[in-house]
Formats: sequence, C-alpha cells, structure tokens
Amino acid sequence: MKHTFTLTVNGRNYEREVEPRLLLSDFLRHDLGLTGTHVGCEHGVCGACTVLLDGEAVRSCLLFAVQASGREVETVESLDSGPQNLHPLQHGFWEAHGLQCGYCTPGILMSLVPFLRENPNPTESEIRDLLSGNICRCTGYQKIVEAVQLGAELIQEKST
Amino acid sequence: MSTRHFGQPIKRNEDPRLLTGRALFTDDVQMAGMLHVAFLRSDLAHARIREIDLGGVQERPGVAAVYTADDLGDFWQPGPLLVPPPPVEQIEFHQRTQVPLAKEKVRHAGEAIVMVVAESRYIAEDALDDIYVDYEPLDAVVDLEAALADDAPLVHDDLERNVSASVVQSKGNWAQAEAEADTVIRRRLLYDRGTAAAMENRGIVASWDEKSQQLTIWDTTQAPIAIRNGLAAMLGLSEHQVRVIAPFIGGGFGPKIMMFYPEEVLLAWAALQLGRPLKWIEDREENFYATTQERGQVHDAAIALKRDGTVLGVKDAFLHDAGAYAPYGLTVPISSQCTILGPYVIPNYHSEFVSVFTNKPIVTPYRGAGRQHGVFVIERLLDIAAREMSLDTMEVRRRNFIRPDQFPYANEIIFQDFTSLVYDSGNYEPALDRALELIGYEAFTREEQPRREAAGERVGIAVVNYVEGTGIGPYEGARVNVTASGKVSVATGVGTQGQGHFTSFAQIVADQVGAAIEDVHVVTGDTDLFYWGAGTFASRGAVVAGNAMHAAAAKVRAKILKLAGDRLEAAEEDLELVDGQVRVKGVPETSISLGELALEANPMRGGVKPGTEPGLEATEYFGPERGATASGVHAIILKVDPETFLLEIEKYVVVHDCGTVINPLILDGQIQGGVAQGIGNAFYEQLHFDENGALRNASLMDYLLPTATDVPNIVSDHVVTPSPLNPLGVKGAGEAGAIPVGALFAQALDNAFRDIGLEVREIPLSPNRLFELVSEAVAEGAR
Repeated sequence: MKHTFTLTVNGRNYEREVEPRLLLSDFLRHDLGLTGTHVGCEHGVCGACTVLLDGEAVRSCLLFAVQASGREVETVESLDSGPQNLHPLQHGFWEAHGLQCGYCTPGILMSLVPFLRENPNPTESEIRDLLSGNICRCTGYQKIVEAVQLGAELIQEKST
Repeated sequence: MSTRHFGQPIKRNEDPRLLTGRALFTDDVQMAGMLHVAFLRSDLAHARIREIDLGGVQERPGVAAVYTADDLGDFWQPGPLLVPPPPVEQIEFHQRTQVPLAKEKVRHAGEAIVMVVAESRYIAEDALDDIYVDYEPLDAVVDLEAALADDAPLVHDDLERNVSASVVQSKGNWAQAEAEADTVIRRRLLYDRGTAAAMENRGIVASWDEKSQQLTIWDTTQAPIAIRNGLAAMLGLSEHQVRVIAPFIGGGFGPKIMMFYPEEVLLAWAALQLGRPLKWIEDREENFYATTQERGQVHDAAIALKRDGTVLGVKDAFLHDAGAYAPYGLTVPISSQCTILGPYVIPNYHSEFVSVFTNKPIVTPYRGAGRQHGVFVIERLLDIAAREMSLDTMEVRRRNFIRPDQFPYANEIIFQDFTSLVYDSGNYEPALDRALELIGYEAFTREEQPRREAAGERVGIAVVNYVEGTGIGPYEGARVNVTASGKVSVATGVGTQGQGHFTSFAQIVADQVGAAIEDVHVVTGDTDLFYWGAGTFASRGAVVAGNAMHAAAAKVRAKILKLAGDRLEAAEEDLELVDGQVRVKGVPETSISLGELALEANPMRGGVKPGTEPGLEATEYFGPERGATASGVHAIILKVDPETFLLEIEKYVVVHDCGTVINPLILDGQIQGGVAQGIGNAFYEQLHFDENGALRNASLMDYLLPTATDVPNIVSDHVVTPSPLNPLGVKGAGEAGAIPVGALFAQALDNAFRDIGLEVREIPLSPNRLFELVSEAVAEGAR
C-alpha cells in the first residue's frame, strides 16, 4: 500500500508515492538525495537528523514522510547558496572550529536556526541548553558554543 | 609576503563541504540497482545453534538472497589476527578470531547468524522476522574472575580455560623493593566497559563491476589499505582490482580500525556473487553489539614506597576482558601494562595479566586503548599512598618524576609496537606547576574549599599526570604533486575521521612549496590514490603521515627550485617560493608561477634530461624507530550535589605536551573532545551486562553520552618538548584528552569526601554508584 503525497522541501514542490512507514529521514536522504541530513540513532536522541517542519526543528527519524504531507521541510541544504556563499551561522562554525567529523553538524545547524531567530542574543547557558538536544562526540561542545556566539553576531551584522 | 602556515590556527579546508551537507559519507553513496543488507543477530550471548529455519524467507517479494554460514562454503574462515603476540618470553596466547556468520554456536549477543539481501532495508528487516533460530542456551561467561573458575562454561569449547593470553613483564626486582619499603599499599581497582559511540555508525557499500573486473568498497574504516589488501587476498583478487574508499567518516575513535568486521567481508563477497551493488548501514542498536568496545579490567595492584614518598616499586596483576574473540591481539592490555609506569621513576616493576574470553562483544582499542587503566592504577596508588603516609599528594608526584636530564628514558619493558618502551623526551614538572597555577590549587585548598565546606558545600580538587605513547610505526607515506593548474595535489594512505588532516597536512605542504593553504588539495583514505600505509590509530596521523608529507613536500620544493633556477637563470639560493610563485629575491618581477613550472616539468615536446623525472612530484615515506611520548596534566574542581550526587565541573585545566604544534585550533579541539569522552567514561557511560551476557542499555536513551550541559569549558595550555624522533618534532595528541579523566574524577571525589574517608576504586561512576560508595564509606566509618 503506497500513499501519494505532496510536500515542499527547500522551496521545491514534490509529489511522491511512498509506503506509509517510510521515515522522513529516509525519504529526504534516499528518495530526494538530500544526504546532508544525517541519521545517528534512529530513536530521537542524538539530533543529527534535525530538519525544520514549517519552521520548527523536528527529528526526521521520528516522523513518517507522509506526516510532512502538505507541509514545508527545510534541510541543511537550504542554508547556503553554494560553498562560496555560506550562511552566517555556517561561517561561525567554520571560523570557530565548531565541527570535527561534521556528522552531527547539519542537525545542530538546523536546531539553531529557529533558536537564533527567536533568541538572537543567547547567553552561553541558553546555548548549552539548546545544544543539549544534540549529541556531538568529537568536539566537547566548547567550540560549538563559541561558533554559535560568533554565528549569532554574524547573523545580526548581516541583517543590519 | 609569505606567511608560515605551520603552527597557525588555520580554519579547516574541509569545513565548507561538511557545513553545507555536501560531504560524502558512506551512507550517501547511491548506485543504480543497489541492494540492501540486514543481519539476523543472536539474542543470546552464549548458545548452541540447533537449527536455522529460514521459513520461506527466500520467497518473500523483494528478497534477493539469504546466506547462513553453510552457504559461504570455503569462504567461511575466522578473521585474521591483526597484531601477533609481542616478543615477550613465556607468553601464553590462544588465537580465536571472529567468524563471518556464526556456525554451530553463538558467543556474544548480537553475533550475526543470517545475512539477508533485499531491494530495500525495510524489506530486508521484514525478512528477518521470517527466520527462526532454534537455540540451546548455554551459561554465559560474563564476570572476569568467574570466567577462570574450574567449572566455568567455555566460550571456545576447544580451549581448556577461557584464557586468551597471559603475559608477564618485569624490570628490577619487586620482591626486594617490597622488602625494603617502609610502606606497601595494595588495592583492587576496577575499570568497566564503555563504547565509543561515534555519531556515524559503521557502514559498507560494495560494488563489483564485471566488465572492468573491479571491486569498489566504501567503508567507514580507519584503515582502508589494510582492508583492501585483506579483501583481495580473501576473494582471490589482485590488490589492484580492489579499491577501498574511506570517505568522510563520522568519528572513529578506534573501533573503526578493527578489521575485519564480518560485514566488511560478507558485503564484498556477496557483491561478487550477486553482481549488484550492496549496502549495509549499521543501526544504533547493532552498534552496541556488533561494533567493538573497550575497558573491562580488574587490577590487583601494589606500590612500595620509602617513608619520604620515593617509589621503590609497583606490582600489578590484572584480568583483561577480551570479549568473545580477540582479533586485535594484545594491544590494549600491553598498553595498560606499559602506561602504569607513567611519568615516574619506578625502578622495580612486576606486571602480569590474563586476557579472558567472555560472552561479550569483542574488545579492541577505543581512544586511549588501555592507557586509561594504567593511569588510573598508578595515580590511585599514589593518591592512596600519600594519604596513608600523610604526605602531600603533589609532592609525592614531584619526588618521583623522571627528570629532564634522564631522557631518553628506558623502561625496560616491551610496548604495544613491540619496541622497548623508551620515552624520547619530556619535561613533567613545569607542566604540573602550570596546571596547579591555572586551577588555582593553593588558593582553592587553603581558602576557598574550607570556606565553602563550612557553608555546607561539597567541593573537591584533583590534579593527575599521564604519559601517552603516540605516533608508533610502522610507517606512512605521502605523495605531493604540484599540478599545471597551480593546485597542489596531496595523497596519503591514512583515513580521516574528523581530525582535520585536510588542513594540517596542507599546512605542512604549503610551507614547503609556497602555495596558499586552500590550493593544497589533500586526499586521504582512497587506496587508488595512495597504495601504501597502515592506518589512523594510536595518535599517529600527524606524527607518521605528517612527517611523510614533510619529506615529500621538501623533495618537491627541491625540484621546484632546480627547475626554476634553470628557467629564471638564477642560483637556487636566490629564489623564494611565495604565493604560488617562484621569485628571485629582491626582484619580484622575475618570477614564474608553480602552475607554469609544473607545465614545463611535463613538456609535450623536447626532452626531459636523462636521470630526471617528469613533473613536480615526489613520494616519501616515514617510519619512526619508535613512538614519541606525549604527556600532560589534567586538573579539576568539581562540586557534588549532596542530595542528588550529580556533579558540576566548575573548572577544568589541561596542560599538555605533544611536542611541536601544527595547528593549535585543531589541537584544542582534539583535547576538548577527548576530555568530553573522558568525562563520559568517568561518570556517565557504562555498558551494563546482566548475568546472561545481555546488554541492558543498548540505546542512547539508556547509555548516557555527555551533552553540552555536562561538559565544561576547558582551560588549556601547552608545554612544548619537541620529539627528537621526527623532523617536525611532533607527538600525537588524539587520545590525550581522554586518558586521565577517570583517575582525575576519583581523586577529586576522594578529596570532596575526605572527611568520611571515601576511596574511589572503580570507574565508571554515576550519581547512583557515587551515592552507594559514599554510603558505604559512612557505614565503614561508623563501625
């Protein structure tokens, strides 16, 4: 039994026929080829698979693809306009060495986008609270915190 | 003006790809006609397989193939022994390595029994439910001491006991040290299992091209060259017919250097059988069983000291949990055995260990690779001795440090690389002084701690030392090629799992050839681009591959200067390499670009002089005579919540000596990440096996990895004692952050609860376990 559904991903409309049990993470990665979204635990703990659903950060491994029917999904691929033209948050991560293996990074970036939209000047403690929903095994988080602080500044500079 | 790249905090070349989701990880590989693999794994830790009922699974729509051990025919072989037993006299060693699919018997929970290949992973997993395995459950071997009892069940039926190996190493004369000592301290010290839990699980894609007779493997391995060589041999192919690519890898930490994982062997074999590309991606639950683990050891240790705190000797006997198979030889327990000696003069040492087979997942090195245990044992012994002898714990350490004029310092035992354990260099006391200063030891212990304790707080401080053998051989190589586009192509055999090799290696090369850092394109871990090498392990990438880079780039520099000297009609010593140009010093308009020069070095017409090679290219290798010894000091101030026993780390200091620093930004990241893993290991992460060998917490819900609210900011500083063993003077740094954290937590908690005489003798802890230990100490004090 397959379901036909439509959704918008990174501003593009798609109509697809999928099994109802297909996870949103698998749909994005394997059906649409948007492999920037990573899967680390498949049970909603690590946060690597975080994407935006109608602007809110969600775990794409805990959603079925068809639950995004008629809705708008944004993945890490939506942030930049090419490797030469990074999002200010990505610049913050680059400058501050906020990533090592980079596997958890897309999920962290997508968790931060709505957070910084609502909280453009976060304190370190607020940043750490937000980051506690994403596991990074490489960095020890210190440089991620610095990256977020820098990214927040760069976002503000760009918007003024 | 040219700037030196070496030593600078340069941001990483690889980051734009990773930040935009465009870096290729193994699961990102998509191929037409690709099939997907799932494994039926044992629910039981120890059982005989009576029968496997496939239940018509082959007829399920979408299933392409199903394999059990019997279907593999002659291909079914135990895996190779990666590291043979070391050249130590009177060693006992029983080689038992993992098998591709369990036959007759399963020896740990999660051992693969049936391989299903289907059109999608979803169908493959559905198909697993069709299969029924009839087991005869056997008593499981879980506890290390019980494993050696006369009536213990046997993991390997053909062995008399569950002994994987036993090794004795000594120097001096412990019995004499013990006889001459004023004090002998004896303790049992425990260090239990954890898992590396890289954010990316393992994965393999295998594709056989019938027309070109080529097998291509994408593998989350830390050792692609060794995987290529082994797979070619197992499959009867030439090494040139097998290409192994280790693309971007989401964290390694050691378990990804284990080889050969059953899945690696089976995917390659089945791709040839089926003629279609195959993919297997480990899920997180599988990772808890099918990926190797580390840490289980039980030590009975003793230290003999003179009244003034001078160490006369150490004796240690330990049991090491090998798990169900031991493909990696004795690397981990030998490392433990060697690391106990630490930065101290220990004239008499007797160490013996027994490596024990258990019905638990396989143990291979995980960041630290046995060093944690060694640091824990020696630092605990010194702490406890200082307390019992009423000596200052830092003073005891100072008294026993190896002095700077004693290097190279011979420890007279064999290290994991099979050379004699000789420390090349070090300077321990300045690092300790710096750490004490940065943590504010004096002010804290004299003023802050008493004041806060009077106000009812529980706060503790600790400072521990460690050494780390790094950068062992055998060798690595590098090829540097200045191309006609002006870009510099660099390749090496080691794989990369986040260590920043694309940048640190580029820094080394850029300085030699005068190119911009972003014009140096580094490829790691593709066996078609570099043929020779060993792999990324033992904190050796920067040391061994880094020095190969340096040598190859220096040779290319010489070629550049020679050719440019001819073209510019200038003496080589009058030339400088700046911004991708070769210029005559003081006459910048007389110049030629690297790209033009590369084109001239590979002409379409005319002759290349006899005896010269075309191109601006060189390949060089570096093999150190032995490993370089890094060292460091960690210090902590922590607060214990007296109600919940949760910890707050108020301050964390690392003073580290890894010789010359290539990129301080990357180094800081390595240290900080290592400490975070160490904190997890010390207070959050423990694999809980029950008496049947079942793992009770095989998910990230139940196995707690530290998060951003658990890990503090780390204040770090460096002491630089360059290694004399390599031209760059570097030592490894990848594991340093993780090694001493267990010992540090133990000392800090003892300190916070010194009024009740707490003595922590085990790691990992947890709030629950700390509560139990404190309650026991209180009860003991009341007796």
